[in-house]
Amino acid sequence: MKNLVLMIVLVLSIALGCGNKTEKGSAENLSEPQDYALVQTNKNEDVKFPVYDFEEFEPLLHKDDGKTYIINFWATWCKPCIVELPYFERINAEQKDNNVEVLLVSLDMPNMWKSRLEPFVEKKGMKSKVVILDDPKQNEWIPKVSEEWGGGIPATLIYNKEKRNFYEKGFTYEELNQELDKFLN
Amino acid sequence: MRTIKMFGLFVLVLSLGAFTVSSNLDVDGYGIGDVATDFSLKNIDGNMVSLSDFKEAKGYLVIFTCNTCPYSVAYEDRINALDAKYKPQGIPVIAINPNNPAAKPGDSFEKMKARAAEKNFSFPYLFDKGQTIYPQYGATRTPHVFLLEKTDRGNVVKYIGAIDDNYRDASQVEEKFVENAVDALLAGKEIKTKTTKAIGCGIR
Repeated sequence: MKNLVLMIVLVLSIALGCGNKTEKGSAENLSEPQDYALVQTNKNEDVKFPVYDFEEFEPLLHKDDGKTYIINFWATWCKPCIVELPYFERINAEQKDNNVEVLLVSLDMPNMWKSRLEPFVEKKGMKSKVVILDDPKQNEWIPKVSEEWGGGIPATLIYNKEKRNFYEKGFTYEELNQELDKFLN
Repeated sequence: MRTIKMFGLFVLVLSLGAFTVSSNLDVDGYGIGDVATDFSLKNIDGNMVSLSDFKEAKGYLVIFTCNTCPYSVAYEDRINALDAKYKPQGIPVIAINPNNPAAKPGDSFEKMKARAAEKNFSFPYLFDKGQTIYPQYGATRTPHVFLLEKTDRGNVVKYIGAIDDNYRDASQVEEKFVENAVDALLAGKEIKTKTTKAIGCGIR
Protein backbone atom coordinates (compact mmCIF):
# COMPACT_ATOMS: atom_id res chain seq x y z
CA MET A 1 0.00 0.00 0.00
CA LYS A 2 2.83 2.32 0.91
CA ASN A 3 4.30 1.75 -2.53
CA LEU A 4 1.07 2.70 -4.20
CA VAL A 5 0.96 5.99 -2.30
CA LEU A 6 4.56 6.61 -3.26
CA MET A 7 3.78 5.89 -6.87
CA ILE A 8 0.83 8.25 -6.88
CA VAL A 9 2.93 11.00 -5.33
CA LEU A 10 5.60 10.39 -7.94
CA VAL A 11 3.11 10.44 -10.80
CA LEU A 12 1.49 13.59 -9.49
CA SER A 13 4.78 15.37 -9.12
CA ILE A 14 5.73 14.47 -12.69
CA ALA A 15 2.36 15.64 -13.96
CA LEU A 16 2.62 18.92 -12.08
CA GLY A 17 6.18 19.33 -13.17
CA CYS A 18 5.28 19.26 -16.81
CA GLY A 19 2.36 21.59 -16.24
CA ASN A 20 4.79 24.17 -15.00
CA LYS A 21 7.17 23.56 -17.81
CA THR A 22 4.96 25.27 -20.38
CA GLU A 23 6.80 28.48 -20.63
CA LYS A 24 5.08 30.40 -23.33
CA GLY A 25 7.58 31.49 -25.94
CA SER A 26 7.47 35.23 -25.90
CA ALA A 27 7.73 34.93 -29.64
CA GLU A 28 5.95 37.98 -30.80
CA ASN A 29 5.24 40.40 -33.25
CA LEU A 30 4.90 42.82 -35.92
CA SER A 31 5.02 46.38 -36.69
CA GLU A 32 2.40 47.45 -39.18
CA PRO A 33 3.24 46.35 -42.69
CA GLN A 34 3.53 49.27 -45.04
CA ASP A 35 1.99 47.52 -47.95
CA TYR A 36 -0.15 44.49 -48.40
CA ALA A 37 1.11 43.13 -51.66
CA LEU A 38 3.13 39.99 -51.19
CA VAL A 39 3.66 38.49 -54.57
CA GLN A 40 6.95 39.68 -55.87
CA THR A 41 6.89 40.77 -59.46
CA ASN A 42 10.24 42.43 -59.93
CA LYS A 43 13.32 40.33 -59.33
CA ASN A 44 15.57 40.92 -56.37
CA GLU A 45 18.73 40.33 -58.34
CA ASP A 46 20.64 43.08 -56.68
CA VAL A 47 19.63 42.38 -53.10
CA LYS A 48 22.63 42.87 -50.84
CA PHE A 49 22.34 39.69 -48.80
CA PRO A 50 22.64 36.06 -49.83
CA VAL A 51 19.22 34.49 -50.46
CA TYR A 52 18.96 30.81 -49.61
CA ASP A 53 16.34 28.13 -49.77
CA PHE A 54 16.50 25.73 -46.85
CA GLU A 55 18.69 23.21 -48.63
CA GLU A 56 21.28 25.89 -49.30
CA PHE A 57 20.91 27.30 -45.82
CA GLU A 58 21.05 24.05 -43.82
CA PRO A 59 24.87 23.62 -43.83
CA LEU A 60 25.10 26.86 -41.85
CA LEU A 61 23.35 25.04 -39.01
CA HIS A 62 25.97 22.29 -38.93
CA LYS A 63 29.38 23.88 -39.28
CA ASP A 64 32.13 21.99 -37.61
CA ASP A 65 34.97 24.48 -37.46
CA GLY A 66 35.39 24.96 -33.72
CA LYS A 67 33.35 28.14 -33.64
CA THR A 68 30.22 28.76 -31.60
CA TYR A 69 27.41 30.01 -33.80
CA ILE A 70 24.47 32.09 -32.69
CA ILE A 71 21.79 31.83 -35.35
CA ASN A 72 18.96 34.29 -34.89
CA PHE A 73 15.75 34.10 -36.93
CA TRP A 74 14.10 37.49 -37.32
CA ALA A 75 12.26 39.85 -39.65
CA THR A 76 11.94 43.60 -39.90
CA TRP A 77 8.18 43.25 -39.31
CA CYS A 78 8.75 41.42 -36.01
CA LYS A 79 8.86 43.95 -33.20
CA PRO A 80 10.42 41.81 -30.43
CA CYS A 81 13.04 40.70 -32.96
CA ILE A 82 14.00 44.31 -33.55
CA VAL A 83 14.17 44.89 -29.81
CA GLU A 84 16.74 42.13 -29.26
CA LEU A 85 18.88 42.71 -32.36
CA PRO A 86 21.22 45.18 -30.64
CA TYR A 87 22.08 42.49 -28.05
CA PHE A 88 23.10 40.09 -30.80
CA GLU A 89 25.12 42.84 -32.43
CA ARG A 90 26.85 43.59 -29.15
CA ILE A 91 27.66 39.93 -28.47
CA ASN A 92 28.97 39.55 -31.99
CA ALA A 93 31.37 42.42 -31.45
CA GLU A 94 32.39 41.46 -27.91
CA GLN A 95 32.84 37.73 -28.48
CA LYS A 96 34.56 37.76 -31.85
CA ASP A 97 37.88 36.85 -30.26
CA ASN A 98 36.17 34.01 -28.39
CA ASN A 99 35.44 32.26 -31.65
CA VAL A 100 31.78 33.25 -31.59
CA GLU A 101 29.88 34.29 -34.68
CA VAL A 102 26.38 35.71 -34.94
CA LEU A 103 24.32 34.99 -38.04
CA LEU A 104 21.10 36.94 -38.53
CA VAL A 105 18.64 35.01 -40.66
CA SER A 106 15.99 37.30 -42.10
CA LEU A 107 12.58 35.81 -42.81
CA ASP A 108 11.39 38.97 -44.49
CA MET A 109 9.22 38.42 -47.52
CA PRO A 110 10.66 39.03 -50.99
CA ASN A 111 8.82 42.32 -51.48
CA MET A 112 10.44 43.61 -48.29
CA TRP A 113 14.06 42.85 -49.12
CA LYS A 114 14.75 46.07 -50.97
CA SER A 115 12.07 48.21 -49.38
CA ARG A 116 12.56 47.34 -45.70
CA LEU A 117 15.40 44.93 -44.97
CA GLU A 118 18.23 46.70 -46.76
CA PRO A 119 17.39 50.18 -45.44
CA PHE A 120 16.94 48.75 -41.94
CA VAL A 121 20.33 47.03 -41.84
CA GLU A 122 21.98 50.09 -43.28
CA LYS A 123 20.29 52.53 -40.92
CA LYS A 124 21.22 50.49 -37.86
CA GLY A 125 24.74 49.98 -39.15
CA MET A 126 24.52 46.28 -38.43
CA LYS A 127 27.80 44.40 -38.50
CA SER A 128 26.70 40.80 -38.03
CA LYS A 129 26.31 38.67 -41.10
CA VAL A 130 22.79 38.79 -42.54
CA VAL A 131 21.34 36.13 -44.83
CA ILE A 132 17.82 35.73 -46.18
CA LEU A 133 16.05 32.41 -45.80
CA ASP A 134 13.41 32.27 -48.50
CA ASP A 135 11.66 28.93 -48.52
CA PRO A 136 7.87 28.73 -48.33
CA LYS A 137 7.88 25.03 -47.34
CA GLN A 138 7.94 26.02 -43.70
CA ASN A 139 6.29 22.90 -42.37
CA GLU A 140 9.18 20.90 -43.80
CA TRP A 141 12.10 23.04 -42.73
CA ILE A 142 11.00 24.37 -39.33
CA PRO A 143 11.44 20.95 -37.66
CA LYS A 144 14.85 20.61 -39.34
CA VAL A 145 16.03 23.70 -37.49
CA SER A 146 14.59 22.30 -34.27
CA GLU A 147 11.82 19.85 -33.42
CA GLU A 148 10.97 22.21 -30.57
CA TRP A 149 10.20 25.14 -32.83
CA GLY A 150 6.52 26.01 -33.29
CA GLY A 151 7.32 28.68 -35.88
CA GLY A 152 7.33 31.82 -33.77
CA ILE A 153 10.03 34.44 -34.07
CA PRO A 154 12.25 35.62 -32.59
CA ALA A 155 13.92 32.25 -32.38
CA THR A 156 17.57 31.47 -31.79
CA LEU A 157 19.82 28.47 -32.20
CA ILE A 158 23.19 28.36 -30.46
CA TYR A 159 25.55 25.55 -31.36
CA ASN A 160 29.11 24.39 -31.51
CA LYS A 161 30.80 21.03 -31.89
CA GLU A 162 29.65 19.79 -28.50
CA LYS A 163 26.38 21.43 -27.81
CA ARG A 164 23.20 22.69 -29.42
CA ASN A 165 20.27 24.58 -27.94
CA PHE A 166 17.18 26.15 -29.43
CA TYR A 167 15.16 29.02 -27.97
CA GLU A 168 11.76 30.14 -29.22
CA LYS A 169 11.82 33.39 -27.29
CA GLY A 170 13.30 36.83 -27.09
CA PHE A 171 16.55 37.52 -25.21
CA THR A 172 17.87 40.31 -23.08
CA TYR A 173 21.59 41.01 -23.36
CA GLU A 174 22.21 39.34 -19.99
CA GLU A 175 20.19 36.25 -20.87
CA LEU A 176 21.96 35.86 -24.17
CA ASN A 177 25.33 36.20 -22.51
CA GLN A 178 24.35 33.64 -19.88
CA GLU A 179 23.26 31.13 -22.50
CA LEU A 180 26.37 31.71 -24.55
CA ASP A 181 28.52 31.12 -21.46
CA LYS A 182 27.21 27.55 -21.35
CA PHE A 183 28.83 27.01 -24.74
CA LEU A 184 32.19 28.58 -23.96
CA ASN A 185 34.59 26.84 -21.65
CA MET B 1 1.44 -6.00 -3.13
CA ARG B 2 2.99 -7.03 -6.37
CA THR B 3 -0.12 -6.13 -8.36
CA ILE B 4 -0.25 -2.76 -6.68
CA LYS B 5 3.36 -2.14 -7.67
CA MET B 6 2.60 -3.19 -11.22
CA PHE B 7 -0.41 -0.91 -11.26
CA GLY B 8 1.70 1.96 -10.01
CA LEU B 9 4.27 1.31 -12.71
CA PHE B 10 1.51 1.16 -15.29
CA VAL B 11 0.17 4.55 -14.19
CA LEU B 12 3.68 5.94 -14.24
CA VAL B 13 4.33 4.73 -17.77
CA LEU B 14 0.98 6.09 -18.91
CA SER B 15 1.64 9.49 -17.44
CA LEU B 16 5.12 9.61 -18.91
CA GLY B 17 3.58 8.76 -22.27
CA ALA B 18 1.10 11.59 -21.93
CA PHE B 19 3.92 13.92 -21.04
CA THR B 20 5.89 13.06 -24.17
CA VAL B 21 2.90 13.49 -26.44
CA SER B 22 1.81 16.81 -25.00
CA SER B 23 5.31 18.23 -25.14
CA ASN B 24 5.31 17.72 -28.91
CA LEU B 25 2.28 19.91 -29.37
CA ASP B 26 2.20 23.65 -29.68
CA VAL B 27 2.78 25.20 -26.26
CA ASP B 28 -0.28 24.83 -23.95
CA GLY B 29 -3.61 24.99 -25.68
CA TYR B 30 -5.44 22.21 -27.39
CA GLY B 31 -4.08 19.07 -28.90
CA ILE B 32 -5.75 16.85 -31.45
CA GLY B 33 -8.79 15.17 -29.92
CA ASP B 34 -9.38 17.81 -27.26
CA VAL B 35 -12.78 19.44 -26.93
CA ALA B 36 -12.57 23.13 -27.80
CA THR B 37 -14.41 25.78 -25.86
CA ASP B 38 -17.26 27.73 -27.36
CA PHE B 39 -17.24 31.51 -26.99
CA SER B 40 -19.36 34.59 -27.41
CA LEU B 41 -17.38 37.24 -29.24
CA LYS B 42 -18.38 40.41 -31.01
CA ASN B 43 -18.49 40.27 -34.76
CA ILE B 44 -17.68 43.24 -36.98
CA ASP B 45 -21.43 43.64 -37.62
CA GLY B 46 -21.94 44.28 -33.91
CA ASN B 47 -23.61 40.94 -33.14
CA MET B 48 -22.25 38.41 -30.70
CA VAL B 49 -21.28 35.13 -32.34
CA SER B 50 -20.92 31.66 -30.80
CA LEU B 51 -20.14 28.32 -32.39
CA SER B 52 -23.46 27.05 -31.09
CA ASP B 53 -25.28 29.62 -33.26
CA PHE B 54 -24.51 27.46 -36.28
CA LYS B 55 -27.14 24.79 -35.71
CA GLU B 56 -26.56 22.97 -38.98
CA ALA B 57 -22.77 23.03 -38.88
CA LYS B 58 -20.83 19.79 -38.93
CA GLY B 59 -17.74 21.57 -37.78
CA TYR B 60 -15.85 24.84 -37.89
CA LEU B 61 -12.70 26.33 -39.26
CA VAL B 62 -11.68 28.59 -36.40
CA ILE B 63 -8.91 30.80 -37.78
CA PHE B 64 -6.95 33.21 -35.61
CA THR B 65 -5.91 35.99 -37.94
CA CYS B 66 -5.55 39.75 -38.00
CA ASN B 67 -5.16 42.84 -40.17
CA THR B 68 -1.53 43.59 -39.57
CA CYS B 69 0.40 40.38 -40.07
CA PRO B 70 1.86 40.00 -43.56
CA TYR B 71 1.18 36.26 -43.43
CA SER B 72 -2.47 36.84 -42.51
CA VAL B 73 -2.77 39.33 -45.32
CA ALA B 74 -1.25 36.82 -47.73
CA TYR B 75 -3.96 34.33 -46.80
CA GLU B 76 -7.03 36.63 -46.83
CA ASP B 77 -8.24 35.56 -50.27
CA ARG B 78 -7.60 31.92 -49.46
CA ILE B 79 -9.62 32.20 -46.24
CA ASN B 80 -12.50 33.67 -48.24
CA ALA B 81 -12.17 30.75 -50.64
CA LEU B 82 -12.21 28.21 -47.79
CA ASP B 83 -15.43 29.74 -46.48
CA ALA B 84 -17.00 29.76 -49.93
CA LYS B 85 -16.11 26.12 -50.44
CA TYR B 86 -16.92 24.66 -47.05
CA LYS B 87 -19.71 26.77 -45.55
CA PRO B 88 -22.22 25.14 -47.93
CA GLN B 89 -20.86 21.76 -46.81
CA GLY B 90 -21.39 22.57 -43.14
CA ILE B 91 -17.93 23.78 -42.11
CA PRO B 92 -17.98 27.59 -41.92
CA VAL B 93 -14.95 29.77 -41.29
CA ILE B 94 -14.98 31.67 -38.00
CA ALA B 95 -12.12 34.19 -37.94
CA ILE B 96 -10.93 35.64 -34.64
CA ASN B 97 -8.55 38.56 -34.21
CA PRO B 98 -6.61 37.75 -31.03
CA ASN B 99 -4.44 40.86 -30.88
CA ASN B 100 -4.72 43.62 -28.34
CA PRO B 101 -5.28 46.93 -30.18
CA ALA B 102 -3.38 48.72 -27.43
CA ALA B 103 -0.31 46.79 -28.60
CA LYS B 104 -1.32 46.77 -32.27
CA PRO B 105 -3.46 49.74 -33.24
CA GLY B 106 -3.88 48.31 -36.73
CA ASP B 107 -5.94 45.49 -35.22
CA SER B 108 -8.60 47.66 -33.57
CA PHE B 109 -12.27 46.79 -33.98
CA GLU B 110 -12.75 49.70 -36.36
CA LYS B 111 -9.79 48.63 -38.48
CA MET B 112 -11.16 45.08 -38.52
CA LYS B 113 -14.43 46.39 -39.96
CA ALA B 114 -12.57 48.37 -42.58
CA ARG B 115 -10.36 45.48 -43.63
CA ALA B 116 -13.26 43.03 -43.78
CA ALA B 117 -15.22 45.42 -45.99
CA GLU B 118 -12.23 46.02 -48.24
CA LYS B 119 -11.63 42.28 -48.70
CA ASN B 120 -15.32 41.27 -48.69
CA PHE B 121 -14.94 38.77 -45.88
CA SER B 122 -17.80 36.30 -46.21
CA PHE B 123 -17.26 34.96 -42.70
CA PRO B 124 -17.63 36.32 -39.16
CA TYR B 125 -14.55 38.26 -38.07
CA LEU B 126 -14.62 38.32 -34.28
CA PHE B 127 -12.69 40.34 -31.78
CA ASP B 128 -11.17 38.38 -28.88
CA LYS B 129 -11.92 41.08 -26.33
CA GLY B 130 -9.70 40.76 -23.30
CA GLN B 131 -7.74 38.03 -25.12
CA THR B 132 -9.49 35.23 -23.27
CA ILE B 133 -10.11 32.76 -26.09
CA TYR B 134 -6.84 32.44 -28.02
CA PRO B 135 -4.81 31.22 -25.00
CA GLN B 136 -7.35 28.47 -24.37
CA TYR B 137 -6.98 27.29 -27.94
CA GLY B 138 -3.24 27.68 -27.74
CA ALA B 139 -3.03 29.87 -30.81
CA THR B 140 0.48 31.29 -30.95
CA ARG B 141 0.60 33.10 -34.26
CA THR B 142 -1.53 34.46 -37.06
CA PRO B 143 -2.84 32.87 -39.13
CA HIS B 144 -3.38 29.76 -36.99
CA VAL B 145 -6.13 27.32 -37.97
CA PHE B 146 -8.12 24.99 -35.71
CA LEU B 147 -10.47 22.59 -37.47
CA LEU B 148 -13.24 21.44 -35.14
CA GLU B 149 -15.71 18.62 -35.62
CA LYS B 150 -19.09 18.92 -33.94
CA THR B 151 -19.72 15.71 -31.98
CA ASP B 152 -21.90 14.55 -29.10
CA ARG B 153 -19.13 15.31 -26.65
CA GLY B 154 -18.47 18.79 -28.01
CA ASN B 155 -16.38 20.43 -30.71
CA VAL B 156 -13.39 18.18 -31.11
CA VAL B 157 -10.09 19.52 -32.47
CA LYS B 158 -9.14 17.63 -35.64
CA TYR B 159 -6.38 19.73 -37.21
CA ILE B 160 -4.09 22.52 -36.00
CA GLY B 161 -1.72 24.53 -38.13
CA ALA B 162 -1.21 26.28 -41.41
CA ILE B 163 -3.62 26.67 -44.32
CA ASP B 164 -1.26 25.29 -46.94
CA ASP B 165 2.41 24.93 -47.71
CA ASN B 166 3.07 28.16 -49.59
CA TYR B 167 2.15 31.48 -48.01
CA ARG B 168 3.66 33.41 -50.86
CA ASP B 169 1.91 32.11 -53.87
CA ALA B 170 -1.37 30.24 -53.86
CA SER B 171 -0.64 28.88 -57.32
CA GLN B 172 2.55 27.20 -56.09
CA VAL B 173 0.86 25.31 -53.26
CA GLU B 174 1.62 21.60 -53.27
CA GLU B 175 -0.21 20.55 -50.13
CA LYS B 176 -3.50 22.11 -49.06
CA PHE B 177 -3.32 21.12 -45.42
CA VAL B 178 -6.68 22.55 -44.35
CA GLU B 179 -8.61 21.42 -47.43
CA ASN B 180 -7.20 17.91 -47.12
CA ALA B 181 -8.19 17.82 -43.47
CA VAL B 182 -11.73 19.13 -44.07
CA ASP B 183 -12.25 16.79 -47.03
CA ALA B 184 -11.18 13.82 -44.92
CA LEU B 185 -13.45 14.92 -42.08
CA LEU B 186 -16.43 15.31 -44.41
CA ALA B 187 -15.73 11.91 -45.96
CA GLY B 188 -15.47 10.32 -42.51
CA LYS B 189 -11.86 9.39 -43.18
CA GLU B 190 -8.76 9.69 -41.04
CA ILE B 191 -7.01 13.06 -41.40
CA LYS B 192 -3.47 12.28 -42.51
CA THR B 193 -1.68 15.47 -41.56
CA LYS B 194 -3.10 16.61 -38.24
CA THR B 195 -0.65 19.35 -37.30
CA THR B 196 1.64 21.58 -39.31
CA LYS B 197 4.09 24.32 -38.51
CA ALA B 198 4.54 27.70 -40.10
CA ILE B 199 6.25 30.97 -39.44
CA GLY B 200 3.65 33.44 -38.35
CA CYS B 201 3.25 36.67 -36.46
CA GLY B 202 3.19 36.25 -32.72
CA ILE B 203 -0.03 37.28 -31.00
CA ARG B 204 0.24 40.42 -28.93
